[in-house]
Amino acid sequence: MTTADIIKPENLVYTKTKVLTDAVMHYCPGCGHGTAHRIIAEVIEEMGIQDKTIGIAPVGCSVLAYNYFDVDFQEAAHGRAPALATAAKRLNPDRFVFTYQGDGDLAAIGTAETIHACNRGENITMIFINNGIYGMTGGQMAPTTLVGMKSATTPYGRNVALNGYPLRITELIATLPGTRFVTRQSVHTPAAVRKAKTAIRKAFENQKDNKGLSFVEIVSSCNSGWKMTPVQANHWMEENMFPNYPIGDIKVDGKIVEGVDINRLVVDHPLTVVK
Amino acid sequence: MTEEIIIAGFGGQGVLSMGKILAYSGVMQDKEVSWMPSYGPEMRGGTANVSVIISDERISSPIINQFDTAIILNQQSLDKFESSVKPGGLLIFDPNGITHNPTRKDINIYEIAATAKAQEMGISKVFNMVVLGGFLKLKPIVAPEFIHKGLEKSLPERHHNLIPQNEEAIEVGKGIIKPFHTL
Amino acid sequence: MARELKLMKGNEAIARAMIASGTDGYFGYPITPQSEVMETLMLEKPWETTGMTVLQAESEMASINMVYGGAATGKKVATSSSSPGISLMQEGLTYLAGAEIPCLVVNVMRGGPGLGTIQPSQSDYFQSVKGGGHGDYQLYTLAPASVQEMYDFVFDAWDIAFKYRNPVLILSDGAIGQCMEKLYTRDYVPRWTEEERRKNAPWGTWGKPADRNHNIITSLELDSGRQEIFNLKLQAKYAEMKEKEVRYEALNCEDADYIIVAYGSSSRISMKAMQMAREKGLKVGLFRLITLFPFPTKQLNEVSKKCKGILTVEMSAGQMVEDVRLATECRVKVEHFGRFGGIIPTPTEVLEALENKIIK
Repeated sequence: MTTADIIKPENLVYTKTKVLTDAVMHYCPGCGHGTAHRIIAEVIEEMGIQDKTIGIAPVGCSVLAYNYFDVDFQEAAHGRAPALATAAKRLNPDRFVFTYQGDGDLAAIGTAETIHACNRGENITMIFINNGIYGMTGGQMAPTTLVGMKSATTPYGRNVALNGYPLRITELIATLPGTRFVTRQSVHTPAAVRKAKTAIRKAFENQKDNKGLSFVEIVSSCNSGWKMTPVQANHWMEENMFPNYPIGDIKVDGKIVEGVDINRLVVDHPLTVVK
Repeated sequence: MTEEIIIAGFGGQGVLSMGKILAYSGVMQDKEVSWMPSYGPEMRGGTANVSVIISDERISSPIINQFDTAIILNQQSLDKFESSVKPGGLLIFDPNGITHNPTRKDINIYEIAATAKAQEMGISKVFNMVVLGGFLKLKPIVAPEFIHKGLEKSLPERHHNLIPQNEEAIEVGKGIIKPFHTL
Repeated sequence: MARELKLMKGNEAIARAMIASGTDGYFGYPITPQSEVMETLMLEKPWETTGMTVLQAESEMASINMVYGGAATGKKVATSSSSPGISLMQEGLTYLAGAEIPCLVVNVMRGGPGLGTIQPSQSDYFQSVKGGGHGDYQLYTLAPASVQEMYDFVFDAWDIAFKYRNPVLILSDGAIGQCMEKLYTRDYVPRWTEEERRKNAPWGTWGKPADRNHNIITSLELDSGRQEIFNLKLQAKYAEMKEKEVRYEALNCEDADYIIVAYGSSSRISMKAMQMAREKGLKVGLFRLITLFPFPTKQLNEVSKKCKGILTVEMSAGQMVEDVRLATECRVKVEHFGRFGGIIPTPTEVLEALENKIIK
């Protein structure tokens, strides 16, 4: 059997979605952004809405997201993506508008825009990548940095007395009556990727049905910023990020999911040490 | 013809709306007009004033410091604006609440007991139209039919049933204005 | 709606002109002395007539970024505020200029610095024409001096904004905003259809059809060489505006010995001072700037060749005066007269300043 015998349409098991461009991504090996981009692009392709989608990019590692999605894209000032999306959607109600932001962008400098867009119940999809660190600027503390976690600006670990608590913005916005669907996912295993994609699909379907704002957090690793290998980072994320940022749906169809404790915050969880 | 007017009193006395009705009447009579209010926290219950200019020519500045006519409805406004009337100009005041009468000798001064009259007649809501009537008696710069149109334009439609009462108040004002000091 | 004669405030005129000029969206935040703009829009409910969107944002930062998000889809989107709010918008304005997004921003100026006063002022000249935000950019800046111009300039703003893909600033102040004057309304310009939007804003992020590449609205360029080329392109655009889009009004300047240079409400006060001067036999003219950027450099230079002195009148500590001195190459004496902190100079004061600083 030759290569030519193998490369045939009937043998095709996977192909890159046409909603991603051929541009080479600048993300670090092991980073979750590439996978998150891919599943969003696949959902757009599967729903047949490439010509109706407007993406909003943040400032942060995914500042250049517009180069990778083959849909019309706007680049926002730091933190302002939900404001852009609000107007883009209200002026173009038949288009699909999504924001893509990191933790510094969405939960620090852009907190007001995030909360008010959610509170107004804008009919948009918000994707939130939470890796507990400012990746692009070189690994400084983010609002979601864990207690005790080291970063460039918390070299001795995040100290509650000095830096306050990790901000669980997703639980916070879930309490707002304007949000329809709020979920937390990850993309570090094939099973997690499938679940995250299902959640993103639901978020876009909600927009299609004019059901209001859907918010998908993806807990991700930043192995470069965390100074670990990709595999170590994924293990560390499971052991340390997930207790504070538990994976699963938080609010579905406008109702908090039974058993979800919105106020739960583990601050004394001892962080594991990577050897 | 250019008439530069200041109307000044307490917020709630209808100072701004009197100016607006006068200005709108001017517009209806094809005059050039401007209406420049004081604004801000002072509007909320404190003193309020508005400069109204009605002219046959293009109005240069809507912001002015010398007036042909000052219509004064409280003591603070009298203290503030008496000196701003041009020599030979006109000052109209309501004696209600006035403790120190105007003293200028180089201007015409008229008094109009509009507050008292409006209370007596039970038409306190259109007190400002009584005052306007007094002014129009002395300076008929806008004809009555245009005042009617001005009222139509300035009042919301749901209040158009009150236009006859407003016009009646103007007539009352024309009857009660009297000289205080004339040249 | 056809041409009608109305009496209205400058702020209300801005709002009504937005509806009448086919504006697609307005996003704002309350601040004195311009809150009547949004109040009028909310009262008029244009979403039920022209389909215009109106939204009260959570801050001026949000409203300018809503302008960005809406206008980047090729729609006519506007906001308005007053000085402190405009300061908050400076980040958004430099991004809008950098991403070449046509839009309209109205500043109804009040006195500063800081929270300052709510009374009229003209102390945001530097902020408006010398940058405001970071980077080399310009806003096409119109200075209305009457309620009619408040109305008309909104229509003009859309033409310029889309012709040059540049934000337009209407720089007014509390005096013009709060003043009521006569106004002739215009025939309604319908909002653009989907086809017109695609034709007039082919660069817009309105959804990528199969037959074009994806449109990207961004002000980011990490390659310095390409960023320099982009800066040169912006500069060429501004040079074209200077060549083609300068607006001013010269009154009695032909025979004038002395000229007052002013814009906005100061020019109205100065017009009265000019009339008073002429009554006294003084040959005084008024040069009123309508565009602050582009500045009428050539035209002022010409005027300065024939007069003996120039007084600039601004409700500021003296900002525009610098550009007047540069434009006239110090050929004649140029002095500034201004009141600030919310104090409006009187025509008498202006005439006195002219006599004391220039004529004497």
